[in-house]
Amino acid sequence: MSSAAFVIIAIFTLAAALAAATLQKLMHAALSFAVALVGLAAFFFLLGAEFVGLALVFIYIGAVAVLIVFTILLTRRDVGKNRGFNWAGVLIALAVFGGLTWSILKTQSLSILAPHIRALTVKRIGEALMTGYVWPLQCVGVLLTAALIGALILVMEEKR
Amino acid sequence: MTTTLQAFLIVSAGLFSIGLLAALSRRHAIFILIGIELMLAAANLNFIAFWRFAPQPHQPTGVMFAIFSIAISAAEAAIGLAMVIAVYRHYHTTNVDQFDQLKG
Repeated sequence: MSSAAFVIIAIFTLAAALAAATLQKLMHAALSFAVALVGLAAFFFLLGAEFVGLALVFIYIGAVAVLIVFTILLTRRDVGKNRGFNWAGVLIALAVFGGLTWSILKTQSLSILAPHIRALTVKRIGEALMTGYVWPLQCVGVLLTAALIGALILVMEEKR
Repeated sequence: MTTTLQAFLIVSAGLFSIGLLAALSRRHAIFILIGIELMLAAANLNFIAFWRFAPQPHQPTGVMFAIFSIAISAAEAAIGLAMVIAVYRHYHTTNVDQFDQLKG
């Protein structure tokens, strides 16, 4: 795992995430969110979890980011009235980041290098999903179905 | 020069803090959802990093956790955005400060 690639991806991801959190225009923020997810998928590729990286690109950028953009387009009649920004949130976020960083740097057992592993193929992930993780897989299927039906019922036109 | 686990955890902490910043300080409902999604993404990065740096990373446990977490956050995003649209129909705004009908 080379350090240069890590630094480039880290700066890219954090800059895009900061843009997603602070940009005034909602559409620009949603697109920056998608860019930050591309950076996160690059991290997953760097860590050797290619399947999760691809799943992140498909699900987050292909579905969630597009869903956010559609919602912005459906609710943008009141753009410009929500310019409020709560500065207490900045203080809390900085305090949380400081606390987390301090505790991570303080823990000596975390400063380790990655061991050599054999590549995690999609075949092994599929075998694990179909043997040891088959009950969680079925539960996630039920959850996604329920979420889909619930979302449809929530946005259905109400009868007068 | 190679990367240690600490570097990944610090990037993940930064991503989490940025998500917290978006969820706490913006007044727009969609921004709050984007912040929550960023925090979930930081948790996924932690799962994968701990899996990769574990002494015996032959069991794909962290990867499984990340896959299920991605699926659950997709369901959360669908429900959250449907709620934003449903609330927008009632109040004609997406500013969370104005959703105060249940306020005591």
